Amino acid sequence: MPEHHVVLAGAEERPLTAIADYRAAGGYAQLAKARQMEPQQVIQELLDSNLRGRGGAFFATGRKASFIPRDSAKPVYLTVNADESEPGTFKDREIMLRVPHRLIEGCLITAHAIHSKNVFIYIRGEYLAEFEILRAALDEARAADLFDGVTVVLHRGAGAYICGEETGLLESLEGKRGQPRSKPPFPAISGLYASPTLINNVETVATVPKVLELGAAEYAKIGPPDSTGTRVFSLSGNVARGGNYELVNGTTLRELIYDFGGGIPDGRELKAIIPGGSSTPILTASEVDTPLDYDALTKAGTMFGSGAIIAIDDRCCMVQLGLRVAQFYMHESCGKCTPCRVGTRWMVQILHALEDGSAKQGDLDLLLDVCDRILGKCLCPLGDAAAMPVASYVNRFRKEFQEHIDHGACPYGGASSLEHVFAPVDQHHHSPVAAEVPV
Amino acid sequence: MSLVTEIQEIAAQYPQSRSAIMPALHLAQKKYGWLPREAFEEVGEALGLTPAYCMSVASFYDMYHLEPVGTHIVEVCTNISCALVGAQATLEAFERELGIRPGETTADGEVTLRTVECYGGCGWGPVVAVDQRYHEPVKPEDVPRLVQDLRNA
Ligand SMILES: Cc1cc2nc3c(=O)[nH]c(=O)nc-3n(C[C@H](O)[C@H](O)[C@H](O)COP(=O)(O)O)c2cc1C
Ligand code: FES
Repeated sequence: MPEHHVVLAGAEERPLTAIADYRAAGGYAQLAKARQMEPQQVIQELLDSNLRGRGGAFFATGRKASFIPRDSAKPVYLTVNADESEPGTFKDREIMLRVPHRLIEGCLITAHAIHSKNVFIYIRGEYLAEFEILRAALDEARAADLFDGVTVVLHRGAGAYICGEETGLLESLEGKRGQPRSKPPFPAISGLYASPTLINNVETVATVPKVLELGAAEYAKIGPPDSTGTRVFSLSGNVARGGNYELVNGTTLRELIYDFGGGIPDGRELKAIIPGGSSTPILTASEVDTPLDYDALTKAGTMFGSGAIIAIDDRCCMVQLGLRVAQFYMHESCGKCTPCRVGTRWMVQILHALEDGSAKQGDLDLLLDVCDRILGKCLCPLGDAAAMPVASYVNRFRKEFQEHIDHGACPYGGASSLEHVFAPVDQHHHSPVAAEVPV
Repeated sequence: MSLVTEIQEIAAQYPQSRSAIMPALHLAQKKYGWLPREAFEEVGEALGLTPAYCMSVASFYDMYHLEPVGTHIVEVCTNISCALVGAQATLEAFERELGIRPGETTADGEVTLRTVECYGGCGWGPVVAVDQRYHEPVKPEDVPRLVQDLRNA
């Protein structure tokens, strides 16, 4: 099966960054069409298409839009989540680089659907090239008089994974530390500046013009019924050809890794697969025929997540993998909820002990217990994002964890691919040497 | 244009001016290279916030430097996708070439080296950002050349 371009359509030869090129490919025609439609009709199209959010939670897009009150006395905001920071995920970046105008068209159509005059695009601060391209595209669209009274503000983040969580994002956009809010109230009722706010991922919004172009019924025919359409899958790790591949949902992991990704290089064996970004539970190599769709992945005990697939070969120690994943979430914990702030740190300590051979038998159960005490006990799922994958490594590779205890050392004997990887949590944030630099 | 005026122009885009604190801190950091006390005072003055509040926001985010950094910054991603394909070897090549450890700055104040979490280039790792521009992939053998270019820049 070849790639199936919907979101990235038309950008095969060269990126559609210039508005003239995007228009030549049929761009902005759906905006004109949508503005002739009643807002409710646009939402109905989204409902009928069965499009579900590509940010991670896979929530029905039309349904979320329909939660926005139609007669709000307060302004209604549309906020696009371009914070893309879930490890393994780099698809929104590709969309912004290749089809920035499709994202803008999607913003303007969605704004029309929810009666919004104010759009914010929150882009992670590290994406400087993407920021520049999107800013140029916005300038072109503005000059072409496409905004029709809508303002679109492009807002740069500054390095914080938690600002991808929708309420952390809103706090950050309000000029505060990006610490999540308790829900309810949900953003649809009380979001940005306590006003009704719709938050959608870049890929979701960039799909909206295509749903209108194809028509909801046609769009819904692509892929399995519970996971209609395509996704831009980010493939990375131990594969010959990492990169983004836009495929019909339901394509198997095997097709993605072997047919598109060219398989596992260096004559190594596939050992494990992370199917939806680093926060999702791991699969073993024997599960490589699992289709990439919501139901199949849920049934396999994992999640669709952000559509980021990480292939892991047989050189990787699973304790080290757990440690590195836990270190990430510890670094990114915003510190607001104790189970997450303390629990991620505790996980790192236990995993360190396991790796250096000093762990005792009870530590394995303690690790699972700590995971359990984080799960579902915080305002947002960041802690879960550490607990779920790490618990899955223990459960699926228990023998390997046990060997670390039995041998009092890592069975890889210093030859694992993740040996001694230096994580940012181990770095002095306020660097001692830099302080000596003459100013 | 003064920094304060520039910030106030940006603030006009937002329903509430406090929302402009992040772009304001980015601008201030561009001016000073990092965020000294004066930066927080200017941002605070432009937006009607206290310097302490501005600092409390800045300290939440990794990209704002609360201490001086080198003229150039080299950032090596060591999250899992990059680590699986050799990020540690790339990092160590930078350590050797620059003679410093991650989190440190060369004695001449030219280059700061640090490791970072996933930069969204996982499929083309190991990913290195030099002064915010991505290089994908960077293998250990590419490092001497990159450092040379940086020193000549
Ligand atoms: C810790 C955390 C990080 C997240 N990071 C992102 C992100 O970087 N980008 C994104 O679109 N959604 C992210 N999400 C999901 C958002 O909260 C939200 O569900 C999503 O942006 C909604 O858009 P959608 O309905 O189009 O998927 C994150 C969630 C959590 C809990
Ligand atoms: S893991 Fe290095 S860029 Fe994502």
